[in-house]
Amino acid sequence: MMDYGPFILSLKLASVTTIALFLIGIPLAYWLAFNPKKYKIFLEALVALPLVLPPTVLGFYLLLALSPENGFGSWLERYFDLRLVFTFEGLVVASVFYSLPFMIQPLQSGFRSVPFSLVEASFSLGKSRWITLRKVILPNMSAAILSACILTFAHTIGEFGVVLMVGGNIPGITQVVSISIYDEVEAMNYSLANHYSLILLVFSFLILSFVYFFNYQQRKNIRVL
Amino acid sequence: MIELDLHKKLFGADGLIQLQIKITIQTNELVTLYGPSGAGKTSIIRMIAGLMKPDKGSILVDGDTWFDSQQKMHLRTQERPIGLVFQEYSLFPNMTVYENLRFALPKGDTEEMIEELLETIGLKNLRDTKPNLLSGGQKQRVAVARALVRKPSILLLDEPLSSLDTAMRNKLQDDILAFHKRFRLTTILVSHDYHEVKKMSDRVLLVENGRIVAEGKVDDIL
Repeated sequence: MMDYGPFILSLKLASVTTIALFLIGIPLAYWLAFNPKKYKIFLEALVALPLVLPPTVLGFYLLLALSPENGFGSWLERYFDLRLVFTFEGLVVASVFYSLPFMIQPLQSGFRSVPFSLVEASFSLGKSRWITLRKVILPNMSAAILSACILTFAHTIGEFGVVLMVGGNIPGITQVVSISIYDEVEAMNYSLANHYSLILLVFSFLILSFVYFFNYQQRKNIRVL
Repeated sequence: MIELDLHKKLFGADGLIQLQIKITIQTNELVTLYGPSGAGKTSIIRMIAGLMKPDKGSILVDGDTWFDSQQKMHLRTQERPIGLVFQEYSLFPNMTVYENLRFALPKGDTEEMIEELLETIGLKNLRDTKPNLLSGGQKQRVAVARALVRKPSILLLDEPLSSLDTAMRNKLQDDILAFHKRFRLTTILVSHDYHEVKKMSDRVLLVENGRIVAEGKVDDIL
């Protein structure tokens, strides 16, 4: 029997993660794009780490950090009554780390693509940094924002290792669709695993096609200018 | 009155130059900075605008300190009542002509000023057009109008006409001269076009290698 619970959970996780990462990503990418300090390269490397690390490594350290047995996890539990291992909230925290580069890198190149003379023009018209960001910079990098959000969303839908390490496999709480597939294969329910997989495959393909289509349109528009 | 005493190390195409100038510009004067590229003209404009910090010196405008290295005083660009026009237009591509001008409007000011400026530059019929559909001359007229919306006392023009054809150049020179008189501006123009400098300037400052090597009426020094 096909259960849509894991799909709904995956979509919910991807939505919450994308929103959280957008709020973190805008100031972080802004800082990385415009800060001339050399030490920022370490932060850039840190942000890119999830691209190369096996998800299990990230998941393992997050599990250790968030576990109530250890300092940070027990502090969260004592002061905020918040347990982050084997819970949905924990999955969000893990996904934020895991999808960080997918949000930051497109945003960072978006910030760099806006000519700095526009920023200076806005300053010369008496506008603050905040208004300049909102009214001048962000509207002129909308393609980058859209790419960043869609890639983050799609990447979160597709995650497996980190979720399994930090969230386990609890139906209705942490059992997202990628883990359901693994579960069904283990139980030899190949037909159900195929259903889940096929939906995920088509969904991911459509999302990526949309991103490429949008970028293609943008490039075409720029050529027209 | 603008009193400039500027010292700044600049890295140009020909290596390092030490900019060192001390000048006074009278209120309502139109002064041109004339000289070869890489002499430091744009840097002088950027320092007055607060977009570049001098290493040493001071900028006094009507007795107010905008910059003073000894007092560690550096007024932010936003706090300087200037209008700035760049060579590369720098119109906001996401806004229409009208929105570009309205963006510059200080809080509480009425939009009458915008209507008036659009009328003067003759672009009323293009008010809802995005900048990418305008010609170079139209773009630069919008940029000049936008710089004037907040009623600055000083207008800084950094080679605003260098990429336009002769006819459009003449038209815009007339527009700028008219604005200069009408809004009682103190205008500083960067240019390396002799005819433009001759037509526009009350006084020319000849800039070479970061120094002012001559100043006066066009015919006297060029």
